[in-house]
Amino acid sequence: MEQTYFHSVTLEKEKCMGCINCIKRCPTEAIRVRNGKARIIKERCIDCGECIRVCPYHAKKAVTEPFDKIFDYQYKVALPAPSLYGQFNQLEDINIVLNGLKQIGFDAVYEVARAAEIVTIATKDLIYQKKLAYPIISSACPAVVRLIRVRFPSLIKNLLPLLSPMDVAAKLAKKEAQEKTGLPLHKIGAFFITPCAAKVTVTKDPLGQERSYVDGAISMSDIYMKLVPAMNKLKVTENLVRSGLKGVGWANSGGEAYALGQDEYIAVDGIDNVIKVLEALEDEQLPNIKFVEAGACVGGCVGGPLAVENGFVAETKIKLLTKRLTSYEMEKEFPCIGLEDISFSKPIEYLPVMKLDNDIIEAMKKMDRLETIYESLPKIDCGSCGAPSCRALAEDVVRGFGKEMDCVHKLRERVFDLAKEMVDIQENISAFEKKEE
Amino acid sequence: MENAIKLHYDVAGGDFIEAGTASGNVKKVLSQIGIDPAAIRRAAIAMYEGEINMVIHANGGTADVEVTNAYIEIVLRDSGPGIKDINLAMQAGYSTASQAARDMGFGAGMGLPNMKSYTDEMDIASEVGVGTTVTMRIYFK
Repeated sequence: MEQTYFHSVTLEKEKCMGCINCIKRCPTEAIRVRNGKARIIKERCIDCGECIRVCPYHAKKAVTEPFDKIFDYQYKVALPAPSLYGQFNQLEDINIVLNGLKQIGFDAVYEVARAAEIVTIATKDLIYQKKLAYPIISSACPAVVRLIRVRFPSLIKNLLPLLSPMDVAAKLAKKEAQEKTGLPLHKIGAFFITPCAAKVTVTKDPLGQERSYVDGAISMSDIYMKLVPAMNKLKVTENLVRSGLKGVGWANSGGEAYALGQDEYIAVDGIDNVIKVLEALEDEQLPNIKFVEAGACVGGCVGGPLAVENGFVAETKIKLLTKRLTSYEMEKEFPCIGLEDISFSKPIEYLPVMKLDNDIIEAMKKMDRLETIYESLPKIDCGSCGAPSCRALAEDVVRGFGKEMDCVHKLRERVFDLAKEMVDIQENISAFEKKEE
Repeated sequence: MENAIKLHYDVAGGDFIEAGTASGNVKKVLSQIGIDPAAIRRAAIAMYEGEINMVIHANGGTADVEVTNAYIEIVLRDSGPGIKDINLAMQAGYSTASQAARDMGFGAGMGLPNMKSYTDEMDIASEVGVGTTVTMRIYFK
């Protein structure tokens, strides 16, 4: 079991006001407010970015690679996410974006959209070979994979055992760069232009492999300020586009399923909706579904917390852009890479972070206490105690991270009782003194 | 067995939206105790089917769940119409679900057979006009 717990999503303590917006939104109940500040429970965080979106004080942020990190490498390759193409006004040609990236310092570009097409081809191959368990769940969104890992262990076997387009792009880009330049691998840097925090985390704490080929993930919003002026100044554009409409379409929810040509699919986006669908899948309530594309962000990757453009506008821009593209795939043939090179080399393992105790008898005792404490709480889930729900507070008490009097309602009751007791004592004393007189 | 967790739920009748709430809760409790995910999955599917049955046929009922370190027992009780012929009801594809329930995608006649296949032990006690009690057990390996 991995115990590294690197997270892109972090808290800027000074900015945190200790409100309860984030604790209520977190899908894995990974945040508590303690002593007036939010605290992220690292084992539970899946880096979905919901708290970044919801924090009114911008105290939650995604740690990303600074742009200048690319200059640590002799040969620098940009890996633009398909969603990057949806960030610009009236973009007529993807080449403008790709040439812009070369202008600001990259030596080469490898489109993640192209890698997405390769993942689609590989998926079809695995389906043909009957190597997948139905319904197949896409493994492209790392926040969803992490969610499944902590909350839906019985669905791990359904995850598509292929690396994400980002990781595939990095592998292929480095292979091409090596062939072209003859440089050793460590002198070639591959940088993903990311719309989300979860992708940053996966470059440091990979899923399905020991080590990621991506050397860093640069925030889309950081690179935007550099990229737009460079795009505007371009005089000549070199033809660098290698992806067709299928790959670019991955930016929006439903794009992966469309590329796969699978009719019996669900494309679900937004972490709450994803949870509902996964719950239904776990209970076998969706028997006819063959493929599930699930993205943590509303609208798909275009809705990522690090994207610049409004997610819904970006979605439309991607749709318009794909209409301009004349081919489904620019390059028909599968690149010179084996299926095993883009498959998981390390299994995804269940992380039982919700477990109350490693010993089952102990866990049952704790569960019993948890239920008793829960029954004594007001069950209004107000969040004032710093836990997202009354049940979560009961759980914290049992785990030793909280106390029942953290509940303001219980505290008020207790203060009221004490006050009443004091009045009673006072009256008793007065009566006694009167008698003495 | 002294150490046992007991959970009780009321299952409302005629409410397809609410059905599954109890099994959803049980799933959460079982994973907090640290029960093997495969066993949790079987319990959740069997219990969900049972809940749906009570919603469709019996105008609701109750669900009592007992968890020990060796097994989970789910007892579903209702005061519905009862089952005339249990052997027939156990046959795959046999259903007495109403048209309304079928229109909603239920009533494929797989409820009871599924519950049996996902559990290690299942017992049905039913009396026409009185009600039905289904007791299911799943043992932890």
